Amino acid sequence: MSTTLTHGHAAVHDDHGPAKGIMRWLTTTNHKDIGTMYLIFSLVMFLTGGAMALVIRAELFMPGMQLVDPQFFNTMTTVHALIMVFGAVMPATVGLANWMIPLQIGAPDMALPRMNNLSFWLLVSAFSLLILSLFMPGGGPAAGWTLYPPLVLQTGDAFPLAIFAIHLAGASSIMGAINIIVTIMNLRAPGMGLLKMPLFVWTWLITAYLLIAVMPVFAGAVTMLLTDHFFHTTFFAAAGGGDPVLYQHIFWFFGHPEVYIMILPAFGIVSEIIPTFSRKKLFGYDAMVYATASIAFLSFIVWAHHMFVVGMPLAGEMFFMLSTMLIAVPTGVKVFNWTATMWRGSLTFEPPMLFALAFLFLFTIGGFSGLMMGIAPADFQYHDTYFIVAHFHYVLVPGAVFAIMAGVYYWLPKWTGHMYDIKLANWHFWLSTVFVNVLFFPQHFLGLAGMPRRIPDYSTQFADWNMVSSIGGFGFGLSQLLFVYIIIKCARGGAKASDRVWEGAYNHGLEWTVPSPAPYHTFEDAPVVK
Amino acid sequence: MKLKRALGAMSATALTALWSVPASAAWTLNLREGVTELSREIYGLHMLILWICVVIAVAVFSVMIYSIATFRKSKGAVSASFSHNTTAEVVWTLIPVMILVGMAIPAARTLVKIENTSGSELTIKVTGYQWKWQYDYVDDGVSYFSTLAQASNEARQLDSGIDVNKVENYLLDVDNPLVVPVNKKVRVLVTAADVIHNWWVPDFGMKKDAIPGYINELWFRADKVGTYRGQCAELCGRDHGFMPIVVRVVEQAEYDSWLAGQKAARQAAAAPAAQTAAVTTNANETTALVALVANAE
Repeated sequence: MSTTLTHGHAAVHDDHGPAKGIMRWLTTTNHKDIGTMYLIFSLVMFLTGGAMALVIRAELFMPGMQLVDPQFFNTMTTVHALIMVFGAVMPATVGLANWMIPLQIGAPDMALPRMNNLSFWLLVSAFSLLILSLFMPGGGPAAGWTLYPPLVLQTGDAFPLAIFAIHLAGASSIMGAINIIVTIMNLRAPGMGLLKMPLFVWTWLITAYLLIAVMPVFAGAVTMLLTDHFFHTTFFAAAGGGDPVLYQHIFWFFGHPEVYIMILPAFGIVSEIIPTFSRKKLFGYDAMVYATASIAFLSFIVWAHHMFVVGMPLAGEMFFMLSTMLIAVPTGVKVFNWTATMWRGSLTFEPPMLFALAFLFLFTIGGFSGLMMGIAPADFQYHDTYFIVAHFHYVLVPGAVFAIMAGVYYWLPKWTGHMYDIKLANWHFWLSTVFVNVLFFPQHFLGLAGMPRRIPDYSTQFADWNMVSSIGGFGFGLSQLLFVYIIIKCARGGAKASDRVWEGAYNHGLEWTVPSPAPYHTFEDAPVVK
Repeated sequence: MKLKRALGAMSATALTALWSVPASAAWTLNLREGVTELSREIYGLHMLILWICVVIAVAVFSVMIYSIATFRKSKGAVSASFSHNTTAEVVWTLIPVMILVGMAIPAARTLVKIENTSGSELTIKVTGYQWKWQYDYVDDGVSYFSTLAQASNEARQLDSGIDVNKVENYLLDVDNPLVVPVNKKVRVLVTAADVIHNWWVPDFGMKKDAIPGYINELWFRADKVGTYRGQCAELCGRDHGFMPIVVRVVEQAEYDSWLAGQKAARQAAAAPAAQTAAVTTNANETTALVALVANAE
């Protein structure tokens, strides 16, 4: 009886193996394939957006205009941001979610596999449109990634392409979010209660709710831009009874939770890695979950701190200042808990841990500058200067991006079955960490000295730190080629990785109980979690 | 010993050299104090929060570095099994709350002061255009545009071949600066004609969005005579980086004579214009008359 069963099972297995050639990738509904595609897509976008950042840093290397027209410079800042936010960071975390959530909760796949495929290919269409918009008459979108009217309405033929790109990317995100929620709610292995889920699953569950809440808001805002542009509505035009500031309120009601959409999964990744390499349980698991939830809640009531200089009434400024400062409390709890996890642990420093530690230090620096900007009177000086640029790059690059890299280095052996070149990965870590600080730390000084953001040229007093920052930029950008090389090398071969991969991974998640590389189908029979 | 002293002297010289280069304010690290009550209060707040953050950072980073240095497997550290400590968790939730309250009180006080534009002695309307500023002295009927100075404008063209280091106040100079009297509470009404701009003078501690359809307010009382420079601080299109703000703060007497000069110049400019207008009207009437006569005939 049992032999027959096993035999039947194997036959089914064969039938469901991946299709051959390109059709495997176009039509796949396998969470691992889709996860891989998301991650590769995100890496390509990361390099594309990075190349744009290098155009920016090259023009800013010296005072005077040497390389590009100011309008093209504005296009670069705009599209760099759109690509990095919607094309690099978000898809990377979605890719990790696709790969890891089913493995971490003991599910055979995502709950809605066809929608999973659709949401990936919609994303590809979205970014094809956005890249295409660069070649339209009148140039690409150049009004900043926030797309503030009335300026954004001056965009040429690129305008509808950029808007539709956002619509598609938004639809893709909403589908991804629905899929993640349904998967987590319905496909957990028996015995895995909500408060037993790995932190990465928790942070993604909360992120998914944020996505569903705010993506439609953003879609609404850009749709109103579209009708203002083409159908003579005046939602945001004062001359027709509309209000340009209304757009900013709607945008940031989306935009602030969006910030946490990018950082919460990063918190989750770091919360997986630090315990593994400290050989200790995560300190204050419940507090971590509640802190994540409170950060998510607060993200809905702080949006106007992006708009302190817009001319809000005093009461509004006061409310948004105080609510913003509150965010420091749950964020502080998280940092303290990670530190307490390392306390009296038994630490080793493999590449994932190195990146997680850099995250811990450098994200905290970004948190401090964030607190400073929350103080409304001081923000009257910081607003729209390089101080802001330094802040959000600290939380996004050595914050979110480093956490994603940590995650890749953590799970790559599980995906490929090979251990990557640790020595090269260490090199990648040290180069990235040194250069990211050379790149972004001086931007604090530039902002405080009075350099506005989004300018293609500057007064000579800003020359020195800009040169330092540009050197850091090129150093950081080139270091990422090493990352690509390490991944390709690892996918092609290397030392065989064990199932557990990391010595400390014992008892740190179901993903370490399946073979390396993880077979095409896992957990067809649900594991039992005690 | 001698060598040590010589080295010390050399490094001192090198340091002096390094610090004398930034005479042109290069390698600037920090916010400026500025020349108004508000800018100084904001500077004070900034330094307060900065130091609080530095102290917290030193404390938190020390614990992290200590953990990294001490609890290493390579040193034979064996991991403990605790994963909760209610006391610690309550403490590190409550202490930040108290620190935040300590920050919020002075911040709220300054915020109230910033928003109090009452009792102003001079009102100037600032209108942002792509890409210049218009200044209206609303009570005196004086109005003019302020655009990037010619020298900067030539130098900033793509591959202009001009060495921007030789252009005085490159990108921070205008043809017609704003002129205000020292020690007077100046209320600035900020608006825009096309897209959103932002009027910012760092030495006054204040910036405000200039939004079409809105009139925003800010105020400053500069207590030091001098020339203060700022820039548009909201992306406003192609030449966003090229619409600086220059404010000359002068003694009351100099301001009065400057204002009188402006008024006289405007009258002088207006007089011939009025004459021309009159002549044109006459000519039109003549034409009409001729036409009438012609018709009658």
